[in-house]
Amino acid sequence: VVRIGPGRIDAEALLTQFGRGRPDAGAIVSFTGLVRATSDGVAVAALDLDHYPGFTEAQVEAAAERTLSRFELLDLLVAHRVGPIPSGETVVVVVAAAEHRRAAFEATDSLMDWLKVAAPFWKREQASDGAVRWIEPRSKDHADAARWETPNADAGRPEPGG
Amino acid sequence: MFGRYAEIAGWRERELAPAPSKLSELVALLSAEEPALGPDLRGRWTLVTRNLEQVRHDVPLGPGDEVAFMPPMSGG
Repeated sequence: VVRIGPGRIDAEALLTQFGRGRPDAGAIVSFTGLVRATSDGVAVAALDLDHYPGFTEAQVEAAAERTLSRFELLDLLVAHRVGPIPSGETVVVVVAAAEHRRAAFEATDSLMDWLKVAAPFWKREQASDGAVRWIEPRSKDHADAARWETPNADAGRPEPGG
Repeated sequence: MFGRYAEIAGWRERELAPAPSKLSELVALLSAEEPALGPDLRGRWTLVTRNLEQVRHDVPLGPGDEVAFMPPMSGG
C-alpha cells in the first residue's frame, strides 16, 4: 500500500493498524523519517516537498512491488508526505511484514535507500533565518542505494537521459 | 518543471501552442527563454518524461503531449 499526500502522518496509528490480524507474520519492521531540527549546523524551520502527481505514485508503487517480491514480504506500507512539513514532523513511514526478521529489516532499509536517491520528490529546506536551499542526494546516499543493486536492479532506477 | 527547475523557470506548468515537433526543439525553446536552465535541461542528471514515460533520446512531440523535466530526486 502506498499513500502520498499532504496530510500529517501518524506513524503510531499506521503501525498499529498495519499489525492487526497477521497471524502469518513473524516480524514487522518500521522506519519513520522526520524533519531534523538542524541540518549542517543550521536550524531548520521546515522542509517543502515537491512531487509529480501521478508519476510519483506510479514510481513508488512499482518500487514497493519490487520490494515485496524481492524480499518475499507478506505486506508493505509506504506513507510519504508532500508539501510543507514543519521540523519535528514525519516525512515518511515504511513498514514491512515478513515471516522472519531479516527480510523485514532488509526490505525497509533498501526501500528507504531507493526513496533517498530515486523517488520523484524534490526537497527544499527552509532555515529558521529564512534561507532556502534545495536538497539533492549526497554521495553517501548513492553508496547506500548501491548496496542493493542486483543484475536486475536497473529496473528500479530512472536512468539519466542522454 | 519540478523542484529547483520550477524555481529557476518561474513556472511549473504551461501550454505551448503550436507544440514543438520534437523534444530537442522544446529544449532549445525553453533554453533560449531561460539560459540559466539550458545546461540542466540537456544534462544527463535530468530525468525527462513524455506522458509519464521516461524518454532517453530525442522524441517526436504532438499536440496534447505532456513533457516533464525533473532535477535529481531526493525523497524520504
